Amino acid sequence: MKRAKDWMPGLLLTAPSLVALAIFVYGFIGWNFRISLTNWKALSPDYSFIGLQNYRDLLVDERFKIDIKNSLIFTVVFMVACLLLGLLLAILLDQKLKFEGLFRSVYLLPMAISFIVTGVVWRWLMNPATDDRISGINLLFTKIGLDSLVNQWHLTPNWGMAGIALPAVWQMAGYTMALFLAGIRSIPEEIREAGRVDGASEWRIYRHVILPQLRPIALSAIVILGHISLKVFDLIIAIAGKQLALDVPAIYMWQTSFDAYNFGKGATLATYILFSVAIVIIPYLIFTMRQERNS
Amino acid sequence: MKKSRLSLYPALIFFLIFFLLPVYVVIVTSLKPLGDISLDTMWSLPKSFDFVNYSLAWEKLGPSVINSFQLVIPAALIASFLGSMNGFVLAKWKFPGADVVFPVILFGMFIPYQSILIPLVTTMRELGIYGGIPGLILVHVIYGLPIMTLIFRNYYASVPNELIEAAKVDGAGMLGTYFRVVLPISIPAFIVAIIWEFTSIWNDFLFAVVLTGPSSWPVTVALNNIAGSQIVQWNVQMAGALIASLPTVLVYIILGRYFLRGLMSGALKG
Repeated sequence: MKRAKDWMPGLLLTAPSLVALAIFVYGFIGWNFRISLTNWKALSPDYSFIGLQNYRDLLVDERFKIDIKNSLIFTVVFMVACLLLGLLLAILLDQKLKFEGLFRSVYLLPMAISFIVTGVVWRWLMNPATDDRISGINLLFTKIGLDSLVNQWHLTPNWGMAGIALPAVWQMAGYTMALFLAGIRSIPEEIREAGRVDGASEWRIYRHVILPQLRPIALSAIVILGHISLKVFDLIIAIAGKQLALDVPAIYMWQTSFDAYNFGKGATLATYILFSVAIVIIPYLIFTMRQERNS
Repeated sequence: MKKSRLSLYPALIFFLIFFLLPVYVVIVTSLKPLGDISLDTMWSLPKSFDFVNYSLAWEKLGPSVINSFQLVIPAALIASFLGSMNGFVLAKWKFPGADVVFPVILFGMFIPYQSILIPLVTTMRELGIYGGIPGLILVHVIYGLPIMTLIFRNYYASVPNELIEAAKVDGAGMLGTYFRVVLPISIPAFIVAIIWEFTSIWNDFLFAVVLTGPSSWPVTVALNNIAGSQIVQWNVQMAGALIASLPTVLVYIILGRYFLRGLMSGALKG
């Protein structure tokens, strides 16, 4: 055991950050939970305790049901598309082609841009107007003879969230590609060589040698994409504003709290969003730290 | 072998077009004169160049672009410096329990900020820093600490222990070791960290929209407001979108390698 004189300065140096995070992350999460148990419904605080009433109300709340459905559709479409496209792009770029750097830079470019800019631009690209008001990608489809692909995008009844997922995939697929590419490149060349010597085709090498090694990367990608999709907020605001058909818990929470000043209910929605993210993130953190310790 | 590789280019170019299509639309639309807005020609190149959209967009976004710079520069510098000190301690000057504290810190970078928003607004009102840029700087510094600490801890983990031990033998204390031995070799990590903070604070919307007022709006909030209105033409909106993304895109183009490293550490892989 080291002596306190040795480690104390380290603790003191990090103390301001640790105290700030203890208050602003954990303290505030606790405080938010406390608010979710109250009947605070106006600008001035009201901490009268009502137990889990807000949670019970939410379970039978029609708008919250729509939100959960929307959130699920978005998450599934966004994650599946990002993972498949990311993996495909990574394998394409792994072929040691000319201009690899250029392709990679362009695929990753959207990561430098905000969801707000992405939303503003795609709102125009996904203009759902038809006939003589037709524009955006729909117009492009008619110009290149793909009229059958013309659609309502994010205003498609019931499946509008899949339309919202399109710009999100545009933004995040390059990132998923970068993760997979880093994973593929970290596999020693000898392992692939061994496969080739055994007469395996390139496809079989990817299928049986490379893909199984990418499992840890795929897990990281799923967790990162998953927690982003559970929090999605600014992209929807920029594309569609606040409309019920494209509502998600994050927007509901924002409107309830800062437009309607129903802080008790807002805090309850916030707790729900935190819970949905935490059940993905906490096991992942524990798993990653354990792995680090073993290596 | 060669031939089968050549056949991959059509696929690569198809995706290149997919990723560049919105960029193309932004540029051609923003350069078209205001009258030239017929929907039918939105995909064609402009017949004549006109920068009037940019001056109109700048009229609306200029002040908020300056706000964004005033926000991002101090926040990125302070957060990365604090992250560097934390990372140093958690990698090379551990106190008992440091390995447990680390994941507890990291959790802070994944939380949905909605879950702390109401207490945060309440606290900032009480402290009298609600609605302005200094308050927003404080918030970004604090919630940037986890990722900053992660980037520097991973970087310092690869610094040989002998270097630290040698400094100790020479009689250097912790601060002496940090400032004279560790800080001078930290420049690559600082570039990665500052780029990450610069990009993510510049692009933030949630904190900005909740914690600032019209005179202190960062550019994301200002852009979203002109986009929501029916009065502002598409040409001007696209010029605004380009202005709002230019700083981070330029950083990406010039320092892409470091940007990528930051992205990778965000996935907890060093």
